[in-house]
Amino acid sequence: MTPLLQVEAVSKFYGARIGCTDVSFDLYPGEVMGIVGESGSGKSTLLNCLAGHLPPDAGAVRFDTRADGLRDTVTMNEPERRMLGRTDWAFVHQHARDGLRMNVSAGGNVGERLMAVGARHYGDIRNTATDWLGRVEIAADRIDDRPSAFSGGMQQRLQIARNLVTGPRLVFMDEPTGGLDVSVQARLLDLMRGLVREMGLSAIIVTHDLAVVRLLADRLMVMKDGHVVETGLTDQVLDDPQHGYTQLLVSSVLQV
Amino acid sequence: MTVSAYNFAYLDEQTKRMIRRAILKGLAIPGYQVPFASREMPMPYGWGTGGVQVSAAVLVPDDTFKVIDQGADDTTNAVSIRRFFEKTAGVAVTDDTAKASVIQTRHRIPEMPLRADQILVYQVPIPEPLRFLEPSEVETRKMHSLEEYGLMHVKLYEDISQHGAIATAYAYPVKVEGRYVMDPSPIPKFDNPKLTMDAIQLFGAGREQRIYALPPHTQVVSLDFEDFPFEASKADHACDLCGAVDSYLDELIVDDAGGRLFMCSDTDYCSTRRAAGHVGAQGVPVKEDVA
Ligand SMILES: Nc1ncnc2c1ncn2[C@@H]1O[C@H](COP(=O)(O)OP(=O)(O)OP(=O)(O)O)[C@@H](O)[C@H]1O
Ligand SMILES: [Mg+2]
Ligand SMILES: [Zn+2]
Repeated sequence: MTPLLQVEAVSKFYGARIGCTDVSFDLYPGEVMGIVGESGSGKSTLLNCLAGHLPPDAGAVRFDTRADGLRDTVTMNEPERRMLGRTDWAFVHQHARDGLRMNVSAGGNVGERLMAVGARHYGDIRNTATDWLGRVEIAADRIDDRPSAFSGGMQQRLQIARNLVTGPRLVFMDEPTGGLDVSVQARLLDLMRGLVREMGLSAIIVTHDLAVVRLLADRLMVMKDGHVVETGLTDQVLDDPQHGYTQLLVSSVLQV
Repeated sequence: MTVSAYNFAYLDEQTKRMIRRAILKGLAIPGYQVPFASREMPMPYGWGTGGVQVSAAVLVPDDTFKVIDQGADDTTNAVSIRRFFEKTAGVAVTDDTAKASVIQTRHRIPEMPLRADQILVYQVPIPEPLRFLEPSEVETRKMHSLEEYGLMHVKLYEDISQHGAIATAYAYPVKVEGRYVMDPSPIPKFDNPKLTMDAIQLFGAGREQRIYALPPHTQVVSLDFEDFPFEASKADHACDLCGAVDSYLDELIVDDAGGRLFMCSDTDYCSTRRAAGHVGAQGVPVKEDVA
Protein backbone atom coordinates (compact mmCIF):
# COMPACT_ATOMS: atom_id res chain seq x y z
CA MET A 1 0.00 0.00 0.00
CA THR A 2 1.23 3.52 -0.83
CA PRO A 3 1.60 5.69 2.23
CA LEU A 4 -0.56 8.81 2.22
CA LEU A 5 2.35 10.78 3.61
CA GLN A 6 6.01 9.84 3.54
CA VAL A 7 8.23 11.97 5.72
CA GLU A 8 11.94 11.62 5.18
CA ALA A 9 14.66 13.21 7.31
CA VAL A 10 12.88 16.52 7.81
CA SER A 11 14.89 19.18 9.65
CA LYS A 12 14.14 22.77 10.46
CA PHE A 13 16.44 25.23 12.21
CA TYR A 14 15.77 28.70 13.52
CA GLY A 15 19.23 30.15 13.08
CA ALA A 16 21.42 27.98 15.27
CA ARG A 17 18.48 26.68 17.28
CA ILE A 18 16.98 23.32 16.42
CA GLY A 19 13.30 23.37 15.53
CA CYS A 20 13.12 19.70 14.66
CA THR A 21 15.69 17.42 13.13
CA ASP A 22 15.89 14.24 11.09
CA VAL A 23 12.24 13.22 11.43
CA SER A 24 11.07 10.31 9.27
CA PHE A 25 7.85 8.31 9.24
CA ASP A 26 5.12 6.99 6.96
CA LEU A 27 1.44 7.63 7.49
CA TYR A 28 -1.01 5.25 5.84
CA PRO A 29 -4.57 6.06 4.76
CA GLY A 30 -6.98 5.96 7.68
CA GLU A 31 -4.20 6.21 10.24
CA VAL A 32 -4.05 8.74 13.04
CA MET A 33 -0.59 9.66 14.25
CA GLY A 34 -0.09 11.42 17.57
CA ILE A 35 2.94 13.58 18.26
CA VAL A 36 3.67 14.27 21.94
CA GLY A 37 6.47 15.98 23.78
CA GLU A 38 7.11 18.81 26.18
CA SER A 39 6.86 22.45 25.31
CA GLY A 40 9.57 23.48 22.86
CA SER A 41 10.27 19.92 21.70
CA GLY A 42 9.50 20.82 18.08
CA LYS A 43 5.99 19.46 17.59
CA SER A 44 4.50 22.56 16.00
CA THR A 45 7.61 23.15 13.92
CA LEU A 46 7.36 19.64 12.51
CA LEU A 47 3.63 19.90 11.88
CA ASN A 48 4.05 23.21 10.06
CA CYS A 49 6.79 21.70 7.90
CA LEU A 50 4.52 18.79 7.01
CA ALA A 51 1.54 21.03 6.22
CA GLY A 52 3.52 23.34 3.96
CA HIS A 53 3.37 26.32 6.31
CA LEU A 54 7.12 26.30 6.95
CA PRO A 55 9.83 25.34 4.46
CA PRO A 56 12.05 22.65 6.02
CA ASP A 57 15.80 23.14 5.70
CA ALA A 58 16.29 19.52 4.69
CA GLY A 59 14.25 16.44 3.94
CA ALA A 60 11.25 15.46 1.86
CA VAL A 61 7.52 15.37 2.60
CA ARG A 62 5.83 13.23 -0.03
CA PHE A 63 2.06 13.27 -0.31
CA ASP A 64 0.05 10.80 -2.35
CA THR A 65 -1.60 13.28 -4.72
CA ARG A 66 -4.76 12.31 -6.59
CA ALA A 67 -3.25 13.12 -9.94
CA ASP A 68 0.38 11.99 -9.79
CA GLY A 69 0.82 9.79 -6.72
CA LEU A 70 3.65 10.61 -4.30
CA ARG A 71 4.98 14.15 -4.79
CA ASP A 72 7.40 16.08 -2.62
CA THR A 73 5.40 19.00 -1.27
CA VAL A 74 8.57 20.82 -0.23
CA THR A 75 9.77 21.22 -3.81
CA MET A 76 6.38 21.49 -5.54
CA ASN A 77 5.46 25.01 -6.61
CA GLU A 78 3.48 27.22 -4.28
CA PRO A 79 0.18 27.30 -6.17
CA GLU A 80 0.04 23.50 -6.11
CA ARG A 81 0.90 23.40 -2.43
CA ARG A 82 -1.73 26.01 -1.57
CA MET A 83 -4.26 24.11 -3.64
CA LEU A 84 -3.57 21.01 -1.53
CA GLY A 85 -3.96 23.24 1.52
CA ARG A 86 -7.55 24.03 0.61
CA THR A 87 -8.58 20.69 -0.86
CA ASP A 88 -6.87 17.51 0.32
CA TRP A 89 -5.41 18.93 3.51
CA ALA A 90 -6.99 20.54 6.53
CA PHE A 91 -5.33 22.35 9.42
CA VAL A 92 -6.95 22.77 12.81
CA HIS A 93 -5.18 25.41 14.88
CA GLN A 94 -4.88 25.50 18.65
CA HIS A 95 -6.36 28.95 18.77
CA ALA A 96 -9.63 29.14 16.90
CA ARG A 97 -8.90 32.76 15.99
CA ASP A 98 -5.98 31.55 13.85
CA GLY A 99 -8.19 29.11 11.99
CA LEU A 100 -11.46 31.03 11.72
CA ARG A 101 -12.47 34.31 10.18
CA MET A 102 -13.81 36.02 13.26
CA ASN A 103 -15.66 38.71 11.27
CA VAL A 104 -17.49 36.20 9.09
CA SER A 105 -20.58 34.23 10.13
CA ALA A 106 -20.38 30.55 11.06
CA GLY A 107 -22.01 29.63 7.76
CA GLY A 108 -19.55 31.77 5.82
CA ASN A 109 -16.66 30.17 7.67
CA VAL A 110 -17.83 26.70 6.76
CA GLY A 111 -18.73 27.73 3.22
CA GLU A 112 -15.40 29.38 2.43
CA ARG A 113 -13.60 26.20 1.41
CA LEU A 114 -16.54 25.19 -0.77
CA MET A 115 -16.47 28.57 -2.51
CA ALA A 116 -12.68 28.38 -2.78
CA VAL A 117 -13.02 25.27 -4.90
CA GLY A 118 -15.75 26.77 -7.07
CA ALA A 119 -19.14 26.29 -5.35
CA ARG A 120 -21.40 29.03 -6.75
CA HIS A 121 -24.88 28.04 -5.58
CA TYR A 122 -25.83 29.89 -2.41
CA GLY A 123 -28.61 27.47 -1.45
CA ASP A 124 -26.35 24.44 -1.80
CA ILE A 125 -23.53 26.07 0.15
CA ARG A 126 -25.92 26.99 2.92
CA ASN A 127 -27.40 23.51 3.11
CA THR A 128 -23.98 21.94 3.31
CA ALA A 129 -22.94 24.43 6.00
CA THR A 130 -26.09 23.69 8.01
CA ASP A 131 -25.42 19.98 7.73
CA TRP A 132 -21.85 20.39 8.95
CA LEU A 133 -22.84 22.61 11.85
CA GLY A 134 -25.15 19.80 12.88
CA ARG A 135 -22.37 17.26 12.65
CA VAL A 136 -20.25 19.30 15.06
CA GLU A 137 -23.24 19.86 17.34
CA ILE A 138 -23.80 23.54 16.62
CA ALA A 139 -27.49 24.42 16.38
CA ALA A 140 -28.66 25.39 12.89
CA ASP A 141 -30.01 28.70 14.16
CA ARG A 142 -26.46 29.84 14.98
CA ILE A 143 -25.46 29.74 11.30
CA ASP A 144 -25.53 33.52 10.88
CA ASP A 145 -23.75 34.29 14.15
CA ARG A 146 -20.11 35.26 14.17
CA PRO A 147 -17.62 33.00 15.94
CA SER A 148 -16.86 35.79 18.41
CA ALA A 149 -20.29 35.05 19.90
CA PHE A 150 -19.34 31.38 20.41
CA SER A 151 -17.76 29.66 23.39
CA GLY A 152 -14.22 28.30 23.05
CA GLY A 153 -15.47 24.77 22.54
CA MET A 154 -17.95 25.86 19.88
CA GLN A 155 -15.28 27.84 18.08
CA GLN A 156 -13.10 24.76 17.98
CA ARG A 157 -15.97 22.64 16.66
CA LEU A 158 -16.68 25.28 14.04
CA GLN A 159 -13.04 25.21 13.01
CA ILE A 160 -13.30 21.46 12.57
CA ALA A 161 -16.45 21.79 10.45
CA ARG A 162 -14.82 24.49 8.33
CA ASN A 163 -11.89 22.17 7.69
CA LEU A 164 -13.73 18.94 7.04
CA VAL A 165 -16.47 20.28 4.79
CA THR A 166 -14.52 19.61 1.59
CA GLY A 167 -13.66 16.05 2.58
CA PRO A 168 -9.89 16.44 3.05
CA ARG A 169 -7.73 13.32 3.00
CA LEU A 170 -5.27 14.47 5.64
CA VAL A 171 -5.98 16.57 8.70
CA PHE A 172 -3.24 18.34 10.67
CA MET A 173 -4.17 19.38 14.19
CA ASP A 174 -2.04 21.42 16.59
CA GLU A 175 -3.29 21.09 20.16
CA PRO A 176 -6.96 21.04 19.12
CA THR A 177 -8.12 20.69 22.71
CA GLY A 178 -5.59 23.02 24.28
CA GLY A 179 -6.93 25.82 26.42
CA LEU A 180 -10.40 24.29 26.80
CA ASP A 181 -12.08 23.22 30.04
CA VAL A 182 -11.76 19.54 30.81
CA SER A 183 -15.44 18.79 30.26
CA VAL A 184 -15.39 20.73 26.99
CA GLN A 185 -12.28 18.84 25.94
CA ALA A 186 -13.98 15.52 26.58
CA ARG A 187 -16.92 16.43 24.38
CA LEU A 188 -14.66 17.67 21.60
CA LEU A 189 -12.55 14.53 21.76
CA ASP A 190 -15.65 12.40 21.54
CA LEU A 191 -16.81 14.30 18.52
CA MET A 192 -13.42 14.08 16.84
CA ARG A 193 -13.23 10.37 17.45
CA GLY A 194 -16.65 9.94 15.85
CA LEU A 195 -15.67 11.97 12.79
CA VAL A 196 -12.32 10.21 12.39
CA ARG A 197 -14.04 6.83 12.39
CA GLU A 198 -17.01 7.82 10.29
CA MET A 199 -14.94 9.57 7.60
CA GLY A 200 -11.96 7.24 7.81
CA LEU A 201 -9.76 10.31 8.26
CA SER A 202 -6.02 10.27 8.25
CA ALA A 203 -4.66 12.73 10.75
CA ILE A 204 -1.57 13.99 12.50
CA ILE A 205 -2.37 15.37 15.93
CA VAL A 206 0.10 17.34 17.99
CA THR A 207 -0.63 17.49 21.70
CA HIS A 208 0.96 17.26 25.06
CA ASP A 209 -2.13 15.63 26.47
CA LEU A 210 -1.67 11.88 26.62
CA ALA A 211 -5.43 11.37 27.05
CA VAL A 212 -5.90 12.84 23.58
CA VAL A 213 -3.52 10.43 21.90
CA ARG A 214 -4.82 7.50 23.92
CA LEU A 215 -8.28 8.19 22.55
CA LEU A 216 -7.49 9.19 18.97
CA ALA A 217 -4.09 8.03 17.81
CA ASP A 218 -3.24 4.64 16.34
CA ARG A 219 0.44 5.45 16.46
CA LEU A 220 2.51 7.72 18.60
CA MET A 221 5.72 9.65 18.15
CA VAL A 222 7.51 11.11 21.15
CA MET A 223 9.70 14.19 20.63
CA LYS A 224 12.31 15.83 22.77
CA ASP A 225 14.63 18.71 21.86
CA GLY A 226 13.65 18.48 18.21
CA HIS A 227 14.35 14.75 17.92
CA VAL A 228 12.01 11.77 17.77
CA VAL A 229 12.98 9.64 20.74
CA GLU A 230 10.38 6.91 20.45
CA THR A 231 7.72 5.79 18.05
CA GLY A 232 5.26 2.90 17.93
CA LEU A 233 1.66 1.81 18.37
CA THR A 234 0.02 4.11 20.89
CA ASP A 235 -0.93 1.45 23.41
CA GLN A 236 2.51 -0.10 23.27
CA VAL A 237 4.32 3.17 23.76
CA LEU A 238 2.06 4.27 26.59
CA ASP A 239 1.91 0.92 28.38
CA ASP A 240 5.50 -0.12 27.83
CA PRO A 241 7.64 2.94 27.11
CA GLN A 242 11.20 2.10 26.12
CA HIS A 243 12.92 5.46 26.18
CA GLY A 244 13.70 7.07 29.51
CA TYR A 245 12.06 10.31 28.52
CA THR A 246 8.87 8.54 27.46
CA GLN A 247 8.87 6.69 30.76
CA LEU A 248 9.04 10.03 32.55
CA LEU A 249 6.33 11.45 30.32
CA VAL A 250 4.01 8.54 30.95
CA SER A 251 4.60 8.53 34.67
CA SER A 252 2.09 10.72 36.41
CA VAL A 253 4.82 13.22 37.33
CA LEU A 254 4.93 14.84 33.90
CA GLN A 255 1.25 14.67 33.13
CA VAL A 256 -0.39 18.01 33.24
CA MET B 1 -0.83 80.46 -8.87
CA THR B 2 0.22 81.11 -12.44
CA VAL B 3 0.61 78.72 -15.31
CA SER B 4 4.31 79.47 -15.67
CA ALA B 5 5.02 78.42 -12.08
CA TYR B 6 4.29 74.81 -12.97
CA ASN B 7 5.28 72.19 -15.45
CA PHE B 8 2.40 71.27 -17.78
CA ALA B 9 -0.30 69.56 -15.66
CA TYR B 10 1.67 70.24 -12.45
CA LEU B 11 3.77 67.04 -12.33
CA ASP B 12 7.33 67.02 -13.69
CA GLU B 13 7.98 65.04 -16.86
CA GLN B 14 9.88 62.26 -15.11
CA THR B 15 7.00 61.63 -12.71
CA LYS B 16 4.52 61.62 -15.58
CA ARG B 17 6.67 59.07 -17.43
CA MET B 18 6.71 56.87 -14.33
CA ILE B 19 2.92 57.09 -14.09
CA ARG B 20 2.50 56.41 -17.82
CA ARG B 21 4.61 53.29 -17.47
CA ALA B 22 2.29 52.11 -14.68
CA ILE B 23 -0.73 52.91 -16.88
CA LEU B 24 0.70 50.97 -19.83
CA LYS B 25 1.45 48.01 -17.60
CA GLY B 26 -2.09 48.22 -16.24
CA LEU B 27 -3.51 48.24 -19.76
CA ALA B 28 -1.37 45.24 -20.66
CA ILE B 29 -2.66 43.28 -17.64
CA PRO B 30 -6.31 44.35 -17.31
CA GLY B 31 -7.51 44.48 -13.71
CA TYR B 32 -4.05 44.02 -12.21
CA GLN B 33 -3.07 46.60 -9.57
CA VAL B 34 0.21 48.21 -10.56
CA PRO B 35 2.14 49.87 -7.72
CA PHE B 36 3.37 53.38 -8.44
CA ALA B 37 5.17 56.06 -6.44
CA SER B 38 2.31 58.39 -5.63
CA ARG B 39 3.36 62.05 -5.37
CA GLU B 40 2.22 64.72 -2.98
CA MET B 41 -0.46 66.74 -4.68
CA PRO B 42 -1.69 70.16 -3.55
CA MET B 43 -4.87 68.56 -2.19
CA PRO B 44 -5.51 66.05 0.57
CA TYR B 45 -5.82 62.28 0.02
CA GLY B 46 -9.47 61.39 -0.36
CA TRP B 47 -9.83 64.28 -2.79
CA GLY B 48 -8.91 62.20 -5.75
CA THR B 49 -5.12 62.49 -5.73
CA GLY B 50 -4.83 59.13 -7.51
CA GLY B 51 -7.18 60.19 -10.28
CA VAL B 52 -5.52 63.60 -10.51
CA GLN B 53 -2.08 62.05 -11.02
CA VAL B 54 -3.44 59.75 -13.72
CA SER B 55 -5.17 62.67 -15.43
CA ALA B 56 -1.97 64.72 -15.22
CA ALA B 57 -0.06 61.88 -16.90
CA VAL B 58 -2.51 61.45 -19.80
CA LEU B 59 -3.54 65.06 -20.52
CA VAL B 60 -2.09 66.79 -23.58
CA PRO B 61 -2.53 70.49 -24.43
CA ASP B 62 -5.38 70.02 -26.93
CA ASP B 63 -7.45 67.82 -24.61
CA THR B 64 -10.87 68.86 -23.37
CA PHE B 65 -11.30 67.96 -19.74
CA LYS B 66 -14.43 67.15 -17.73
CA VAL B 67 -14.72 66.26 -14.05
CA ILE B 68 -17.70 64.72 -12.33
CA ASP B 69 -18.32 63.86 -8.71
CA GLN B 70 -21.21 61.40 -8.29
CA GLY B 71 -22.32 62.37 -11.75
CA ALA B 72 -22.33 66.12 -11.18
CA ASP B 73 -19.98 68.69 -12.69
CA ASP B 74 -20.75 71.42 -10.20
CA THR B 75 -19.75 69.91 -6.84
CA THR B 76 -16.85 71.43 -4.89
CA ASN B 77 -14.57 68.50 -5.54
CA ALA B 78 -15.26 68.43 -9.28
CA VAL B 79 -14.93 72.17 -9.62
CA SER B 80 -11.62 72.33 -7.77
CA ILE B 81 -10.04 69.51 -9.83
CA ARG B 82 -11.29 71.08 -13.07
CA ARG B 83 -9.85 74.47 -12.04
CA PHE B 84 -6.60 72.82 -11.05
CA PHE B 85 -6.02 71.52 -14.58
CA GLU B 86 -7.39 74.65 -16.18
CA LYS B 87 -4.62 76.51 -14.37
CA THR B 88 -1.76 74.03 -14.46
CA ALA B 89 -2.34 72.58 -17.94
CA GLY B 90 -4.35 75.32 -19.60
CA VAL B 91 -6.61 72.71 -21.15
CA ALA B 92 -10.14 73.42 -22.31
CA VAL B 93 -12.83 72.24 -19.91
CA THR B 94 -16.41 71.23 -20.47
CA ASP B 95 -19.49 69.80 -18.79
CA ASP B 96 -20.52 68.15 -22.04
CA THR B 97 -19.69 64.43 -21.93
CA ALA B 98 -19.69 64.20 -25.72
CA LYS B 99 -17.12 67.00 -26.08
CA ALA B 100 -14.69 65.79 -23.42
CA SER B 101 -11.60 63.80 -24.39
CA VAL B 102 -10.58 63.05 -20.79
CA ILE B 103 -13.16 62.63 -18.04
CA GLN B 104 -12.15 62.29 -14.41
CA THR B 105 -14.86 60.75 -12.27
CA ARG B 106 -15.67 59.92 -8.72
CA HIS B 107 -18.34 57.25 -8.15
CA ARG B 108 -20.12 57.25 -11.53
CA ILE B 109 -19.86 56.28 -15.19
CA PRO B 110 -21.56 58.79 -17.50
CA GLU B 111 -24.86 57.61 -18.97
CA MET B 112 -23.89 58.48 -22.51
CA PRO B 113 -21.83 55.64 -24.01
CA LEU B 114 -18.21 56.74 -24.25
CA ARG B 115 -16.24 56.58 -27.49
CA ALA B 116 -12.91 55.09 -28.48
CA ASP B 117 -11.30 58.55 -28.50
CA GLN B 118 -12.18 59.23 -24.86
CA ILE B 119 -10.44 58.29 -21.60
CA LEU B 120 -12.29 57.81 -18.32
CA VAL B 121 -10.17 58.30 -15.19
CA TYR B 122 -11.54 57.02 -11.88
CA GLN B 123 -10.66 58.23 -8.40
CA VAL B 124 -10.25 55.12 -6.24
CA PRO B 125 -10.26 55.14 -2.43
CA ILE B 126 -9.50 51.44 -1.77
CA PRO B 127 -8.21 49.50 -4.78
CA GLU B 128 -8.02 46.10 -3.09
CA PRO B 129 -11.34 44.21 -3.37
CA LEU B 130 -10.16 41.55 -0.90
CA ARG B 131 -9.16 44.04 1.76
CA PHE B 132 -12.33 43.96 3.85
CA LEU B 133 -11.77 40.29 4.75
CA GLU B 134 -8.02 39.93 4.43
CA PRO B 135 -6.11 42.81 6.01
CA SER B 136 -2.66 41.54 4.99
CA GLU B 137 -1.34 43.10 1.77
CA VAL B 138 1.18 40.26 1.36
CA GLU B 139 -1.64 37.74 1.52
CA THR B 140 -3.98 39.59 -0.86
CA ARG B 141 -1.21 39.95 -3.45
CA LYS B 142 -0.63 36.23 -3.19
CA MET B 143 -4.35 35.56 -3.58
CA HIS B 144 -4.38 37.61 -6.78
CA SER B 145 -1.29 35.98 -8.20
CA LEU B 146 -2.65 32.50 -7.47
CA GLU B 147 -6.24 33.37 -8.44
CA GLU B 148 -7.52 32.39 -5.00
CA TYR B 149 -10.78 34.27 -5.05
CA GLY B 150 -13.05 32.14 -2.84
CA LEU B 151 -13.04 34.96 -0.31
CA MET B 152 -14.84 37.31 -2.69
CA HIS B 153 -17.80 34.98 -2.69
CA VAL B 154 -17.68 34.72 1.10
CA LYS B 155 -18.42 38.44 1.13
CA LEU B 156 -21.40 37.96 -1.19
CA TYR B 157 -22.54 34.93 0.86
CA GLU B 158 -22.49 37.11 3.99
CA ASP B 159 -24.55 39.71 2.18
CA ILE B 160 -27.26 37.24 1.25
CA SER B 161 -27.31 35.57 4.66
CA GLN B 162 -27.77 38.94 6.37
CA HIS B 163 -30.02 40.76 3.91
CA GLY B 164 -31.68 38.02 1.87
CA ALA B 165 -30.04 39.38 -1.27
CA ILE B 166 -26.67 40.67 -2.37
CA ALA B 167 -26.83 44.05 -0.66
CA THR B 168 -23.54 45.33 -2.04
CA ALA B 169 -24.74 48.32 -4.02
CA TYR B 170 -21.44 50.14 -4.65
CA ALA B 171 -17.92 48.97 -5.48
CA TYR B 172 -19.47 45.71 -6.58
CA PRO B 173 -16.59 43.31 -7.35
CA VAL B 174 -15.94 42.18 -10.91
CA LYS B 175 -13.76 39.64 -12.64
CA VAL B 176 -11.75 40.97 -15.55
CA GLU B 177 -11.14 38.81 -18.63
CA GLY B 178 -11.64 35.72 -16.46
CA ARG B 179 -8.50 36.55 -14.49
CA TYR B 180 -8.19 39.39 -11.97
CA VAL B 181 -10.88 40.30 -9.49
CA MET B 182 -11.13 44.08 -9.42
CA ASP B 183 -12.82 46.80 -7.41
CA PRO B 184 -14.53 49.11 -9.93
CA SER B 185 -14.31 51.96 -7.34
CA PRO B 186 -17.50 52.97 -5.52
CA ILE B 187 -19.68 53.29 -8.62
CA PRO B 188 -23.24 52.01 -8.14
CA LYS B 189 -23.63 48.45 -9.37
CA PHE B 190 -26.04 49.91 -11.94
CA ASP B 191 -22.90 51.11 -13.74
CA ASN B 192 -21.15 47.72 -13.75
CA PRO B 193 -22.45 46.58 -17.15
CA LYS B 194 -21.01 49.78 -18.67
CA LEU B 195 -17.49 48.75 -17.61
CA THR B 196 -17.19 46.97 -20.95
CA MET B 197 -16.94 49.99 -23.23
CA ASP B 198 -15.17 51.58 -26.21
CA ALA B 199 -13.15 54.04 -24.14
CA ILE B 200 -10.00 53.41 -22.11
CA GLN B 201 -10.65 53.29 -18.36
CA LEU B 202 -7.90 54.15 -15.89
CA PHE B 203 -8.14 53.80 -12.11
CA GLY B 204 -5.89 55.73 -9.72
CA ALA B 205 -5.57 55.25 -5.97
CA GLY B 206 -3.33 57.93 -4.47
CA ARG B 207 -3.04 56.96 -0.84
CA GLU B 208 -2.70 53.25 -1.67
CA GLN B 209 -0.34 53.97 -4.59
CA ARG B 210 -2.02 51.72 -7.14
CA ILE B 211 -3.03 52.16 -10.76
CA TYR B 212 -5.12 49.70 -12.74
CA ALA B 213 -6.83 49.79 -16.09
CA LEU B 214 -9.39 48.38 -18.49
CA PRO B 215 -8.56 48.60 -22.18
CA PRO B 216 -11.50 49.08 -24.58
CA HIS B 217 -13.88 46.11 -24.93
CA THR B 218 -12.48 44.25 -21.92
CA GLN B 219 -14.74 41.51 -20.63
CA VAL B 220 -15.87 42.51 -17.15
CA VAL B 221 -18.17 40.17 -15.22
CA SER B 222 -19.89 41.03 -11.93
CA LEU B 223 -19.50 38.22 -9.39
CA ASP B 224 -22.63 36.43 -8.21
CA PHE B 225 -24.25 33.11 -7.32
CA GLU B 226 -26.23 30.89 -9.69
CA ASP B 227 -29.32 31.28 -7.52
CA PHE B 228 -28.66 34.99 -6.76
CA PRO B 229 -27.62 36.43 -10.11
CA PHE B 230 -26.16 39.93 -10.42
CA GLU B 231 -28.69 42.66 -11.12
CA ALA B 232 -27.79 46.19 -12.20
CA SER B 233 -30.53 47.81 -10.18
CA LYS B 234 -31.66 51.41 -9.85
CA ALA B 235 -34.59 53.19 -8.25
CA ASP B 236 -37.76 52.00 -9.99
CA HIS B 237 -38.72 55.44 -11.19
CA ALA B 238 -38.24 57.86 -14.07
CA CYS B 239 -36.26 61.08 -13.75
CA ASP B 240 -38.69 63.74 -12.52
CA LEU B 241 -36.86 66.42 -14.49
CA CYS B 242 -36.16 64.83 -17.87
CA GLY B 243 -38.31 61.71 -17.78
CA ALA B 244 -35.40 59.33 -18.47
CA VAL B 245 -36.17 55.74 -17.45
CA ASP B 246 -32.70 54.37 -18.19
CA SER B 247 -30.49 56.59 -16.01
CA TYR B 248 -29.21 56.23 -12.47
CA LEU B 249 -31.24 58.43 -10.13
CA ASP B 250 -30.54 60.47 -7.04
CA GLU B 251 -33.39 60.86 -4.61
CA LEU B 252 -33.95 64.29 -3.10
CA ILE B 253 -36.22 65.28 -0.25
CA VAL B 254 -37.68 68.55 -1.50
CA ASP B 255 -39.90 69.80 1.31
CA ASP B 256 -40.72 69.29 5.00
CA ALA B 257 -43.74 67.16 4.08
CA GLY B 258 -41.38 64.48 2.80
CA GLY B 259 -41.93 65.28 -0.85
CA ARG B 260 -39.42 63.46 -3.01
CA LEU B 261 -37.81 64.16 -6.31
CA PHE B 262 -35.92 61.67 -8.44
CA MET B 263 -33.36 63.12 -10.79
CA CYS B 264 -30.56 61.85 -12.98
CA SER B 265 -27.30 61.69 -11.03
CA ASP B 266 -25.56 62.47 -14.35
CA THR B 267 -26.34 66.19 -14.53
CA ASP B 268 -25.04 66.59 -18.07
CA TYR B 269 -27.21 63.73 -19.29
CA CYS B 270 -30.26 65.27 -17.65
CA SER B 271 -29.71 68.80 -18.93
CA THR B 272 -28.93 67.53 -22.44
CA ARG B 273 -32.21 65.65 -22.48
CA ARG B 274 -34.14 68.63 -21.16
CA ALA B 275 -32.54 70.88 -23.75
CA ALA B 276 -33.78 68.41 -26.35
CA GLY B 277 -37.31 68.89 -25.06
CA HIS B 278 -37.80 65.93 -22.71
CA VAL B 279 -39.79 66.80 -19.62
CA GLY B 280 -40.27 64.68 -16.48
CA ALA B 281 -43.23 64.48 -14.11
CA GLN B 282 -42.04 67.39 -11.96
CA GLY B 283 -40.00 69.14 -14.59
CA VAL B 284 -40.71 72.33 -16.41
CA PRO B 285 -39.80 72.98 -20.03
CA VAL B 286 -36.18 74.00 -20.12
CA LYS B 287 -36.68 77.58 -21.39
CA GLU B 288 -38.62 78.59 -18.30
CA ASP B 289 -36.23 76.77 -15.93
CA VAL B 290 -34.41 79.43 -13.95
CA ALA B 291 -31.79 76.95 -12.71
N1 LIG C 1 9.66 31.39 14.89
C1 LIG C 1 10.62 30.89 15.68
N2 LIG C 1 11.81 31.51 15.75
C2 LIG C 1 12.81 31.02 16.53
N3 LIG C 1 12.70 29.89 17.25
C3 LIG C 1 11.54 29.23 17.21
C4 LIG C 1 10.44 29.69 16.43
N4 LIG C 1 9.41 28.84 16.57
C5 LIG C 1 9.84 27.89 17.41
N5 LIG C 1 11.12 28.11 17.79
C6 LIG C 1 11.95 27.26 18.68
O1 LIG C 1 11.97 25.95 18.13
C7 LIG C 1 11.84 24.98 19.15
C8 LIG C 1 10.62 24.12 18.87
O2 LIG C 1 9.46 24.94 19.03
P1 LIG C 1 7.98 24.43 18.71
O3 LIG C 1 7.09 25.60 18.76
O4 LIG C 1 8.01 23.62 17.49
O5 LIG C 1 7.74 23.47 19.97
P2 LIG C 1 6.38 22.77 20.45
O6 LIG C 1 6.76 21.37 20.74
O7 LIG C 1 5.30 23.00 19.50
O8 LIG C 1 6.10 23.53 21.81
P3 LIG C 1 4.68 23.86 22.53
O9 LIG C 1 4.23 22.60 23.16
O10 LIG C 1 5.04 24.88 23.55
O11 LIG C 1 3.75 24.36 21.48
C9 LIG C 1 11.79 25.75 20.45
O12 LIG C 1 13.11 25.82 20.96
C10 LIG C 1 11.33 27.12 20.04
O13 LIG C 1 11.80 28.09 20.93
MG1 LIG D 1 3.40 24.01 19.60
ZN1 LIG E 1 -32.94 63.40 -15.88
